Amino acid sequence: MQTPEVEEREPKELIPDPGPSSILGPGHTYNSVTQRIAGVVFLPWKRTPKKWMVGAFIAFCFVNLLMLAMGYLFLRGIGIWGVNIPIGWGFAIINFVWWIGIGHAGTLISAVFFLLKQDWRTSINRFSEAMTLFAVACAGMFPILHLGRPWLAYWLFPYPNSMWLWPQPRSPLEWDVFAVSTYGTVSLVFWYVGLIPDLASLRDSANKLWIQRFYGILSLGWRGSAIHWHRYQKAYLLLAGLSTPLVLSVHTIVSFDFAISILPGWHTTIFPPYFVAGAIYSGFAMVLTLIIPLRAWYNLRDLITLRHIEAAAKVMLGTGLIVAYGYSMEAFFSWYSGDKYESFMYWNRMTGPYGFTYALLILCNIALPQALWSRRVRHNIVLVWILSIIINIGMWLERFVIVVTSLHRDFLPSSWGIYIPTKWDWATYAGTLGFFMFLIFLFVRWLPSISIFEVREVVHHEEVSMEPAVEGKI
Amino acid sequence: MKESLVSLESLLEKSKPKLDVQALRERLAAGRGPAFWRTLEEAAESEELREYVEQEFPGLSGQIPQGVNRRSLLKVMGASLAMAGAAACTKQPKELIVPYVRQPENVIPGLPLFYATAMPIGGYARGLLVESHLNRPTKVEGNPDHPASLGSTTIFEQASVLNLYDPDRSETVLHEGRLSIWSDFTGAFSSEAQSLGMRKGEGLAILSGPTTSPTLIDQMNRLRQQWPTAKWYVHDACVNPAIASAAKKIAGRTALVTYDLSQADVIVSLESDFLNVGPAALLNARQFAARRAIDNGETPVRLYAIESGPTVSGSLADHHLPVKSSAIPGIAYQLAKACGVAAPDVAASAPGWLNGVAQDLNNTKGRSVVIPGEFQPESVHLAAYAINEALGNVGKTVRVMQGVEPDDTHTLEELTTDLNSGHVETLLILGPNPVYTAPASLGFAGAIRKARLVVRLGQFFDETSRLSHWHIPEAHYLETWSDSRAFDGTVTIQQPLIEPLYNGKSAHEILSILLGKPDQSSHDTVKGYWQSQGQGQNKTGGDFDAMWKRSLHDGVVAGSAVGTVNGKAVALAALANGAVSGLEVVFRPDPTIADGTYSNNGWMQELPKPQSKMTWDNVVSISPKNAADMKVTIGDMLRVTVEGRTVTGPAWILPGHAEDSVTVHFGYGREGSGRVGNKIGYNAFAIQTHATPYFASGTIQKTGEHYRLANVQETQTMAGRDPVRVATLAEFREHPNFPTEEEPPLPMDESLYKPWPYTGYKWAMAIDLNICTGCSACIIACQAENNIAVVGKDQVARGRHMHWIRVDRYYAGDLDSPAMYNQPVPCMHCEQAPCEVVCPVAATVHSTEGLNEMVYNRCVGTRYCSNNCPYKVRRFNFYLYSDWNTQSLYGVRNPDVTVRSRGVMEKCSYCVQRIQEMKIQTEKENRRVRDGEILTACQQVCPTQAITFGDLSDPDSKVSKLQKLKRVYGLLDDLNTRPRTKYLGFVRNPNEALRGQSANSRG
Repeated sequence: MQTPEVEEREPKELIPDPGPSSILGPGHTYNSVTQRIAGVVFLPWKRTPKKWMVGAFIAFCFVNLLMLAMGYLFLRGIGIWGVNIPIGWGFAIINFVWWIGIGHAGTLISAVFFLLKQDWRTSINRFSEAMTLFAVACAGMFPILHLGRPWLAYWLFPYPNSMWLWPQPRSPLEWDVFAVSTYGTVSLVFWYVGLIPDLASLRDSANKLWIQRFYGILSLGWRGSAIHWHRYQKAYLLLAGLSTPLVLSVHTIVSFDFAISILPGWHTTIFPPYFVAGAIYSGFAMVLTLIIPLRAWYNLRDLITLRHIEAAAKVMLGTGLIVAYGYSMEAFFSWYSGDKYESFMYWNRMTGPYGFTYALLILCNIALPQALWSRRVRHNIVLVWILSIIINIGMWLERFVIVVTSLHRDFLPSSWGIYIPTKWDWATYAGTLGFFMFLIFLFVRWLPSISIFEVREVVHHEEVSMEPAVEGKI
Repeated sequence: MKESLVSLESLLEKSKPKLDVQALRERLAAGRGPAFWRTLEEAAESEELREYVEQEFPGLSGQIPQGVNRRSLLKVMGASLAMAGAAACTKQPKELIVPYVRQPENVIPGLPLFYATAMPIGGYARGLLVESHLNRPTKVEGNPDHPASLGSTTIFEQASVLNLYDPDRSETVLHEGRLSIWSDFTGAFSSEAQSLGMRKGEGLAILSGPTTSPTLIDQMNRLRQQWPTAKWYVHDACVNPAIASAAKKIAGRTALVTYDLSQADVIVSLESDFLNVGPAALLNARQFAARRAIDNGETPVRLYAIESGPTVSGSLADHHLPVKSSAIPGIAYQLAKACGVAAPDVAASAPGWLNGVAQDLNNTKGRSVVIPGEFQPESVHLAAYAINEALGNVGKTVRVMQGVEPDDTHTLEELTTDLNSGHVETLLILGPNPVYTAPASLGFAGAIRKARLVVRLGQFFDETSRLSHWHIPEAHYLETWSDSRAFDGTVTIQQPLIEPLYNGKSAHEILSILLGKPDQSSHDTVKGYWQSQGQGQNKTGGDFDAMWKRSLHDGVVAGSAVGTVNGKAVALAALANGAVSGLEVVFRPDPTIADGTYSNNGWMQELPKPQSKMTWDNVVSISPKNAADMKVTIGDMLRVTVEGRTVTGPAWILPGHAEDSVTVHFGYGREGSGRVGNKIGYNAFAIQTHATPYFASGTIQKTGEHYRLANVQETQTMAGRDPVRVATLAEFREHPNFPTEEEPPLPMDESLYKPWPYTGYKWAMAIDLNICTGCSACIIACQAENNIAVVGKDQVARGRHMHWIRVDRYYAGDLDSPAMYNQPVPCMHCEQAPCEVVCPVAATVHSTEGLNEMVYNRCVGTRYCSNNCPYKVRRFNFYLYSDWNTQSLYGVRNPDVTVRSRGVMEKCSYCVQRIQEMKIQTEKENRRVRDGEILTACQQVCPTQAITFGDLSDPDSKVSKLQKLKRVYGLLDDLNTRPRTKYLGFVRNPNEALRGQSANSRG
């Protein structure tokens, strides 16, 4: 239908970043926005960026590694991992908490910032919502994989059965089941609802019949009428309101997995807020890790601008400080409590066999991110990207330190042990990373990774305010 | 051929090379089920197979190789497969049998029966009650009526059941490595007996383990009457012949020095493990425990332990002097002099300390005892007796019993000499495995080849059987009739619980062949002997059958105990050898697998060694100081050289081990053991010398290699947590509530959750740390009772062992002579159990009787319960640990306990199956369970009765009374878990006079 325009959809030259004060490059019209974003989706296969091909292939290899690791796990049992008595939880739970944490940025950006009318969220909310969804998918795998008898995982759900056996409601793991499944469902619905107008736009600009039908079915008959928009905005607002408490509740409940126990290093009231902050911290780090290469590969510098990157960096700095406060309070209370188990635990955490992980954690999560106070660092895209990866590693180490160093030396010295992850631990972790990346690759290829209609709204607002877009580039 | 279902080419090929005899034997010996078919296919052309098939399926063998057609081949295949499967089961006898229409008395399917029998250890009987489920022995308990058991056992009796079902036991008679049958052997051996008869037994040598069996001794005596030149040799690497020879010098005849510790106030152990080793160990343990009672104001016994490496008994010592094992004779003489015995002069060591000990001994004349070490030379035994005599202990705390071992036996050294000089033509080995257990310096493996005919009766086709002409599978003690005596002479008729699983034979049957009665069964031999002795032995004079039945039922023959004899101290001769001047190498049987008898026993391999908590290996134990000097850490390989012979083993730094002394243990480095015991550890026999078998001068050297050891307890200090709470006697008298004085237990109402209402029983346990020796019998008993899986060395090293009860070892004080504490830790069955609240599927729940129950069926395996258990008593099936495939192991399982599957958590249940069984019985009788009617497995086996289980709601129950004592405390009770299992604090009774004496006092 619109075949001649295909060429125009993709600008040939490098489009400059409009700079930290602008959320959109200059000169955009409704049409140009649609064409630029939909252009990524409608790019012919032959012209798919090489980097996409290579990246997707590597990610797919890791998906296969995950399948292999899972197959062997189901065949042999969780003995293939490094877990033991006393360290009953290992990589599986560390990775679960880490992935769930990453998801939080998406919900925060799309729901909380929506309610707070942060218009800079528009170009990154779609992407971060997808990231949330995929992270929750990765996270959701682990609690099942880590069971001794994973084929009985459904016993955790309260389903009616002839024995009248119900789950045990006092267990935080049971709360987790509800928290994570609610989170997964709401994230999916929110993301999909947000996609509907854009799916309709794709339907309308599709150049092949089957593509048109494909997006047509997905867009659920969206016609863009005033009534549609009216209802849509109500629904979106409601969903945003529904999602907002989840930002706080999910990681709070995940933190209860630890806080409810009696183990020194886990049994801490500070865990809920500090877990939530940590989740957002790692989530924004992951958003940056993904979005910086994305905007470079797809030439979207005028849609995802330095403004977005800087804002995300500032959120990281803020949440990172909350996390740092959490660490210091944990250390302080373990000393101030006078409890022999607590004080030993913290001393062992810093100087025991896993002391190096604690040192690395402080370096990655507290020391290095302080560089973000400097505007020059925040405006240096490469540096921000490296920092985002460092923070991701740091947040993973935080979960490692919490899970392993607390368990490996608890109350009775006779039962102390050591945890050494096996190659299958690493394979499963790397496999979920691959799975996550593979989903991201598929997402940017087949769905608009930036919200078309919301960016068009921004264009509308800018036209009204006539604010000139100026300043430099990177 | 093309249409055939199976390729027959391999069968029909004519030019196949003749089959290797050894290979075929191995294949056939291993063959069950499909293996038969593979053998058939591969070996069809061989002569051996045709013979074998002829034996099994007469008339068929001709059809196999030539002119085979598909039909007949498949027929043979089918038949051999079916028969191969059937061969595993017991066959229906030819005689008329009667179906099970009416139930015989006492046999109720599902309810076990108990039979009394005995297990000989080092020749001496340990009376047992064996639990039998439908004629399948599953668990042994001590026989309370037996003087050497008193209801308890050591680890060896518990583990012996697994030996019965060992899948690697030898199953067939083998002649020169080929399959043979019993009738071939009896034929061959009868003709050998005839030719021996013509020579009057010239050249016949019989080697057995030590024995007290009246029937066997009678058979041997008759044999030696018949053939006076035949010689009887006795060998057991775990039994020191010096004990018997010293007793003989003291009593002037065969005798056994035993101790009555019930009246002892002071005990000095000269490297003796008297609570754990020896014919009267369990009696000693019981009496010692009674003398350590403190709760009613008694003054407990004081134990001084002088030893090179810490023993089980030494861990309870109030004072501990680590010295070289070779220095102990000198110390014994020194002590003798200080106690007024005329003894030759020796170089003094630790004089101040020893004088203090001597002073204590002299203060308690008649109520003290000096116990010589089991592996010390004769001089120490004689000196100890002399001291006891001088102190007036003989007749009070020391008894010299009439000997019950045979008199005129010879040693393994003599046998080697006789073999080498060509005096032995026919060698009959009844049990021992001398090719493995002989000291390397003897060169026994070379000597045995000089005999013309070697017949070996053994449970395994092991090192010795490989060098024998005939190998006869030996019946396990639960499979055959025999008899044996306790240390005091009390006879037990050993009755079998099961028909021999693999047609095993007993020593009685082999000897019967030589006595001209090749078809006499063990039963007839034993019964016949007692019938002939009937009037003499049995004072009741009643009819024999009644006495026989009574004896079988009770497990002891009434009135068969022997009396004491008079001993007289022998003048102490000057010591031939002083202490080893440089480094000393001490040889000892392994604490769990002994001389290798238990090396194929997974339970024993995985049982943590009491001192090191290490499993699946033997180590070179070394003192912390030597280790520091040599810069050796745990697991560094050490080359140990004695007289030019060398073995290499991993180092273990053992706190409390004497300086310049290393201990090596027997039983490892085996080639002929089986799938479990082969090729692990090093063989200490390879550097043993027969002149000084239990210590020798040697050297150690670092090889630079490192070895991965699997120990179950990495940290052996208490790290300020006080899991074991300790006081001296004086402190205890001043502060009887010392364990809880600093931190009183939390008030019972301080919890978010409502307290559980209990209307019925309240099960609870009390563990008295004051009398726990750490012998680990509870661990093995629990393993046998509760079908606990063996996981293997790799899994233990990864921290995944499965024991439901563990015995924690803690050291306190200085490294060279630390205080040692043993703490058995089963599930605490907390009132506020942290595991229960965190299970998402309610797989671990609180019972109405206060048990913390584990529901395997419901468990999905989140392991949260284990993470939240402060005691870490929960065990997880990371893999499918239970062996679901080895058929022979099905027999050993307790049918009352679930065999766990992969992915479920498990833990101590307070032996809930025993609780339920007794509850059902008492409910039928319409009454409550009485105190002491339910014994948990760990409680029942405990030699010192340190574990008490019972009902807390009964104020008069023993456990209620114990839990009301002031020295009671709950482990980690500051966590408000309110454990049902409680501990009684440890009270040490040090000698004030020794306060500050060197570094050896443990106050």
